[in-house]
Amino acid sequence: MSVLLDVRGVTKRFRGLTAVDTVSLSVEEGEIFAVIGPNGAGKTTLFNMIAGVMPPDAGTIAFAGERSDGVAPHELCRRGLARTFQIVRPFPELTVMENATIGAMMRAPDMEAARARAGEVLRQLDLWDRREAKAKSLTLPDRKRLECARALATGPRLLLLDEVMAGLRPTEVDRIVAILREINRSGVTILLIEHVMRATMALAGRIHVLHHGATIAEGSPEEVTRHPKVLESYLGAEAL
Amino acid sequence: MNPLASLSHLAAEAPRRALLLLGLMVAVLAVAPVVLDRYLLSVFFLIFWFATVGQAWNVMMGFCGQLSLGHALYVGLGGYIGALLWVKFGISPAIAILPAMAVAMAFGAAIGWLGFRFGIEGVYFALLTIAFAEVTRIGFDNWSFVGGAAGFFIPVSPVASPVNLRGGPVLFYYVALAMMVVAFVVCALLRRSKLGHAWLAVREDAEAARALGIDVFRAKMAAVVVSSAMTAVAGVVYAFYQNNLFPSQTFDIARSIEMILAPIIGGLGTLFGPILGAFILTPLGQVLIALVEKIAGRAIPGVNLVFYGAALMVIIWYAPNGVWPWLKKKLGIPEGRE
Ligand SMILES: Nc1ncnc2c1ncn2[C@@H]1O[C@H](COP(=O)(O)OP(=O)(O)O)[C@@H](O)[C@H]1O
Ligand SMILES: [Mg+2]
Repeated sequence: MSVLLDVRGVTKRFRGLTAVDTVSLSVEEGEIFAVIGPNGAGKTTLFNMIAGVMPPDAGTIAFAGERSDGVAPHELCRRGLARTFQIVRPFPELTVMENATIGAMMRAPDMEAARARAGEVLRQLDLWDRREAKAKSLTLPDRKRLECARALATGPRLLLLDEVMAGLRPTEVDRIVAILREINRSGVTILLIEHVMRATMALAGRIHVLHHGATIAEGSPEEVTRHPKVLESYLGAEAL
Repeated sequence: MNPLASLSHLAAEAPRRALLLLGLMVAVLAVAPVVLDRYLLSVFFLIFWFATVGQAWNVMMGFCGQLSLGHALYVGLGGYIGALLWVKFGISPAIAILPAMAVAMAFGAAIGWLGFRFGIEGVYFALLTIAFAEVTRIGFDNWSFVGGAAGFFIPVSPVASPVNLRGGPVLFYYVALAMMVVAFVVCALLRRSKLGHAWLAVREDAEAARALGIDVFRAKMAAVVVSSAMTAVAGVVYAFYQNNLFPSQTFDIARSIEMILAPIIGGLGTLFGPILGAFILTPLGQVLIALVEKIAGRAIPGVNLVFYGAALMVIIWYAPNGVWPWLKKKLGIPEGRE
């Protein structure tokens, strides 16, 4: 297996605060990789740097073998990196179908093809029945899945998911876990940031744990849950 | 996709009844001059004209979410270029619309580049558009070659010549009607194209649009350029209709405001909104001007703007998204389509 995403010694500071502190990780093609950590650990900041929203202060990021830090988000999307937003950002006045179609446009030769692709993705994410509804009228679980649908519609190699399960009820979590497995099986590598431990353990092959911006552990779910530092600083506090 | 194919798609997609109704309305408008007098022809000219520029402005604001309060700039540029080329060099306005569009696009691109490159957004961007219109007005005020503040005049020609936009109210009626129909079709095609969807995405949430591979800067630039080009064509026609151009009127912010009312009242971001808005506002405004003239014994400038303001408030109170979305609901047309 080859490395799809390679993060090397990345640091980000906000004024005095070091939000991300020399973090390194690499995501292999085809795997589901999770980054976990308590609130304020720097997960979203790390994620934003990977997605091109902000450049790192130090360190480098490479996607698909090419240097990618400092590259604009739309360009990264073209290269095959798609993301969701922790605080969902649907196009509120547009329909679910239009939302997904806009995601599919980039790789589609014309709008006809984009709509076809959008239809596929909406079925995959259980949103087909809601396709005519305006995005602003959706419930939170539906919005979270729309967020995934839109990102998936861009035809990514790597899907970055920022807390898509946060705030969902357990049945909704199970539903999205099943969908993400399916997406992964179809060949899409997934990097997910999560707070919901149970789901993360069930999904991810490898887990990277952040605390106060720094890496404290990395390994399989079993290894991570047994790690003393993790137990002390994270799992201990928030109880699994 | 080639435009002809998209056009047939567009026709195939619309419900039969709607197409029939639309065709009927255009047909009625096409034969209407038989019964219209001079005054009514001029009212209809204004309706079509405001529908056209409203459609153009709507591309920027309604589709792409970029507020321009200086669209009189493109009307003025188009008008002056058309008039200049005709009067000084004998070049037909039919040809002059090309340089008129090109110059307006260049100005639009300059404003867009400054605004979008340096992250000037929302009201600040709107201020930038006003500033450009004002600076251009001052420039024309002091440019003696085009008559300066004293104005520039297009001589009335004794012989009608439609391609040179020389003729009576019937000619201008048809020219403006054609312009409105073309603007509508262009916008309908754009609305369903990739570019149109990119605009909507940028309007709704630029950050999310960027994450889906949309080059936000390019999409915004395209909106300004398309909008300014369409407006410039209307500017050429207006100059030949009026036969005179004064910088203080042509580039006036009051003109810019008047241009944006129809699409706001009709329904931002919709295709029928600008047309419907113009059909509601322009006749009412004209009636009001006539009434005031009768009562006060003279024209009071700006009275129609005051009226438009009041109309805007009433309509926003009852139909906050504009008349067309409201009407659509009443007619039972599903939300997702025009
Ligand atoms: N744009 C920003 N400006 C200043 N501080 C920020 C910014 N974004 C995040 N932070 C700070 O950086 C730290 C990490 O935040 P974040 O990456 O959102 O954590 P997480 O996603 O793990 O909850 C927090 O202390 C947060 O307050
Ligand atoms: Mg976060």
